[in-house]
Amino acid sequence: MKLSELKMGESCRVVSVDGDDSLTRRLMEMGVIPGTVIRVVKSAPLGDPIEIEVRGYHLAIRKTAATSIEVVQ
Amino acid sequence: MSESRKKDNLTIALAGNPNSGKTTLFNALTGLSQKVANYAGVTIERKEGQWKTSDGTHLLIDLPGLYSINASSPDEIVARDVLAGEISDLGIPDCVILVADSTNLERNLFLATQLQEFQIPLVIALTMNDNADRQGLVVDENILATGLGNPVVKINATSGSGLLELGKEVRTTVEKGLHTIAPKWRDVIDDSGNETGNRNDIFQRYAFIERVVGAATSVRAGKSEKSSVVRSEKIDRILTHKVFGPLVLLGVLLVVFQMVFAWASLPMELLDSGFGFLGDAARSSLGDGVLTDLLVDGIIAGVGGVLVFLPQILILFLFISILEDSGYMARAAFMSDRLMGGIGLHGKAFLPLISSFACAIPGIMATRTIENPRDRIATILIAPFMSCSARLPVYTLMIAAFFSDRTLWGFISLGAVLMIAMYLLGVVFAVLVAFILKKTVLKAPTPPLLLELPPYRLPNIRTVLQNMFSKASQFVRNAGTVILAISIVLWALAYFPVPEMGTDQASGAQTESVAPEKGRLEKSYAGHLGRLIEPVIEPLGFDWKIGVSLIASFAAREVFVSTMSIIYGMNGEEAGEIEGEGKIADAIRDAERPDGSPAWTPLTAITLMVFFVLAMQCMSTVAVVKKETNSWRWPVFMTVYMTGLAWFAAFATFQIGSLMGF
Repeated sequence: MKLSELKMGESCRVVSVDGDDSLTRRLMEMGVIPGTVIRVVKSAPLGDPIEIEVRGYHLAIRKTAATSIEVVQ
Repeated sequence: MSESRKKDNLTIALAGNPNSGKTTLFNALTGLSQKVANYAGVTIERKEGQWKTSDGTHLLIDLPGLYSINASSPDEIVARDVLAGEISDLGIPDCVILVADSTNLERNLFLATQLQEFQIPLVIALTMNDNADRQGLVVDENILATGLGNPVVKINATSGSGLLELGKEVRTTVEKGLHTIAPKWRDVIDDSGNETGNRNDIFQRYAFIERVVGAATSVRAGKSEKSSVVRSEKIDRILTHKVFGPLVLLGVLLVVFQMVFAWASLPMELLDSGFGFLGDAARSSLGDGVLTDLLVDGIIAGVGGVLVFLPQILILFLFISILEDSGYMARAAFMSDRLMGGIGLHGKAFLPLISSFACAIPGIMATRTIENPRDRIATILIAPFMSCSARLPVYTLMIAAFFSDRTLWGFISLGAVLMIAMYLLGVVFAVLVAFILKKTVLKAPTPPLLLELPPYRLPNIRTVLQNMFSKASQFVRNAGTVILAISIVLWALAYFPVPEMGTDQASGAQTESVAPEKGRLEKSYAGHLGRLIEPVIEPLGFDWKIGVSLIASFAAREVFVSTMSIIYGMNGEEAGEIEGEGKIADAIRDAERPDGSPAWTPLTAITLMVFFVLAMQCMSTVAVVKKETNSWRWPVFMTVYMTGLAWFAAFATFQIGSLMGF
């Protein structure tokens, strides 16, 4: 499933990060790589972006970016 | 290299993730010796300072905050250039200090694996050790050092502990020279699959870091406090809550604006009378003459008229720095990203734009946090549409003259409605222009958002004050160069040609008694220019007198009021007083054209306000945009398109209003 399909508060493990743009590369450099555990914290008041916790820190990404992250729960 | 190892004074680069405590360390090591400039050709801040240690005075270069250094953003390119010795006046640094947050080692040390590839000795400084300790996280720096292959020192920049050791470690490491062995992470064979190239490279680095960090850290048994990340998440249950979050944001903005206006008014008045006093003193000691007039009316009045805004700018910067340093700025960007994304901008554009309601200058300087140059320029180009405080005197004069006691449906003040309408008009045009710019000149997809929400922390007073003063001094230096030059030009336009003695009779059909300043202004180049542009502004319902004031108020918008008062033959002192404003309002209302028709109607007043919402009537903004974009291209573009837009909007207002019979 995609990271964007997770509900708030759910955790998952990254399977793959798709795409070859600067955003996905930067995501990986910041530690979002296969095997990393991610927890979805919340979404912004207007529904987008979402806040995730990864490797002990919090990161905001847009839902479109979250669709390119394949995860398992 | 061998030579550099023996010298006393080293060149040291300071690298680290954003929010790693790098700035705090830099401030603690360099104190007041900091210099801020730009790297040649780009608008990235180049911060340097002297670090005095027991064995020499080192040059410390604060690199931009980085998560990675693969040269994909301007910040990263600059950092790479510094480390590769490609900045012409620096040479290759003798040492790099990587500042890493103990509570967030994995992501922070990713940069270490990249820094190891530059052939420069590397020392790692661990920050936030108190936080780590409080949450029961034990970091063994010796195991970490062995694992990474680089010395590791725990520091606390605020208390100063560990800074001496850091200095010694830098010296030892530089003297020891480079390890010739390859970075250790290369030894790690990643087994996560069949990925190749860049991706595999990243996986391999993280696999290495996970192994090293895993060995060097442990969790202490027993009770420990919640980590700052957990605490921040709790705070965010309110601060980024679906309903309360935006409300709190609105409240914060209200408080900031209240403070900006309340605290700034007294120092602004003091500065204003100070410059007035300075001008009088200069005139009485120098005597009359062209040079005295240049000094008093051109330089002191011109530069002083801009510097009176300094208190407002300082206070706004103070709040921007506090919001940034506490971590709230990132939350504001998080909450407003959807809104800003709608017009193709980044959430980080929100606060700079809001700040521009007080003054566009701090707003434009605060856009530095936006990484992508196109998004940053788009934000800069629309920032001046936010009605700033210098427009208020113009709005209030117009309202005082024509709408002071008029109401809508008997109870709503028409003046208040007009005021709100002007603010909204600016916002609407900002949105439209941003939308158009992002589809044309600055065509680019909506910038991706990858925003760290750092743990909340008490702002470091030193960082906040230093940030505030560095921004303010940049503004003052601007005032000393570009603004000075423009002031002199504007003064000369209104001063020359010097009228001949005995022919001091007002031109045209003006018959009222003529104050000397008025006569001079009418015959000056500015007066001629006002007449010259009359055909252009006539369709807006403006006469040449308004034309002159428009030209003069390019210095700063509120100059419109003082120029009007000169043109209507009042002396300057009267105009400054409260009753003076009333008098100008009366004079404007009573003014007639040569044919006896009123020079001003309520519609003219509204048209003028619309013009001021949209026109680029501020030399300080032009100067700041020149500085921030490092070329004349954008400030010129900005002035032309804003003035053009202002003309069309004013034209539409006046013509449609006239057709409707106003």
